[in-house]
Amino acid sequence: MTAKHSRPTSPHLQVYKLPLTGLISISHRITGVLLSVGLLLVVTLFCAISQGADSYAAMQSVFNVWLVKLIYWGFIYALFFHLCHGVRHLFWDIGGGFAPDKLNWYAKIELAVAFALTLATWIFI
Amino acid sequence: MAEFTLPKNSVVAKGKTFTAQEGTKNIRRFEIYRWDPDTGENPRIDIYELDADLCGTKVLDGIIHIKSEIDSTLTFRRSCREGVCGSCAMNVNGKNSLACTKAISDYPDTIKIYPLPHLDVVKDLVPDMTHFYAQYAEIKPWLTANTTPPATERLQSKEERDKLDGLYDCVLCACCSTSCPSYWWNSEKYLGPAVLLQAYRWLVDSRDENTEERLNQLDDAYKLYRCHTIMNCTDTCPKGLNPAKAIAETKKLLVQRKA
Repeated sequence: MTAKHSRPTSPHLQVYKLPLTGLISISHRITGVLLSVGLLLVVTLFCAISQGADSYAAMQSVFNVWLVKLIYWGFIYALFFHLCHGVRHLFWDIGGGFAPDKLNWYAKIELAVAFALTLATWIFI
Repeated sequence: MAEFTLPKNSVVAKGKTFTAQEGTKNIRRFEIYRWDPDTGENPRIDIYELDADLCGTKVLDGIIHIKSEIDSTLTFRRSCREGVCGSCAMNVNGKNSLACTKAISDYPDTIKIYPLPHLDVVKDLVPDMTHFYAQYAEIKPWLTANTTPPATERLQSKEERDKLDGLYDCVLCACCSTSCPSYWWNSEKYLGPAVLLQAYRWLVDSRDENTEERLNQLDDAYKLYRCHTIMNCTDTCPKGLNPAKAIAETKKLLVQRKA
């Protein structure tokens, strides 16, 4: 039996409501890419430090711009978030943390821990 | 390759609206994906306003009511109407489930119904499951033994039998596989959660004697390892099973045998 007209693909991303863990999963990927790109900025930062007082001062003035500050702290949160979800992956790899009724709970824990670590960094730096 | 948007012929258009008769008190709006293979026009969303007092309590009852009272051209699969056969798997308000086990009252007044995601549509809510079933056949979903059959049945201890609970219960509705983004992008090569859960069911069956061969078959960058623990499968399974856990256990078996 052949269809007269080629069959359409049913909607997927367009209609599927990703649960929290699914959203975190894709965020984990996106933050992974962004953090890799962000490492270039970290290298730039180290260069600025190593080139003496003038470049250090110039770097500092750039870091006083609110947008740069936001990116900076976003980078740090993304780093901790990526780390926390990585740790969750380690638990999964040993066969734990799969209970369906606990998925959202673990997801919220990792988001909260990432936030707490960011806050701790803010306090201690 | 992952295509995040729908191809041209699959973009969904607005369809017809079937309004309820005046004076209807308990109106429910069903927005349903339609595609007619005879016209070849793009898929559309038809809107049906139905009287919830006149139909049964489940989403499937609503759809059956539409077919028998409002629009007989609406096409869908259904059989047991009690979550056993897996036929009426569809996407209801953004989540895959069996329409016969979901109460209309658990949803908001508007219920959006699509076929299982990222499959070829045969007609309306009926997707093409050919490839899914072929993948199921690929893992040899039957007991394989090389030794001479014993005089009596191949027996299992209670503990050995317990290992099959939560695995043999799968009704192959494909809700999990079609909820999985990894399966959306790589269904040609990745087996998907439903088939992998079944593969694990035969791996842990104490009576099966080809565990090694089964593991060899799964030890593949795509077939098994395209699972990135996104967890949509376990989240959506209408039978409350845990395909993600079964996949993780399979990965563990592969690591353990290499050690």
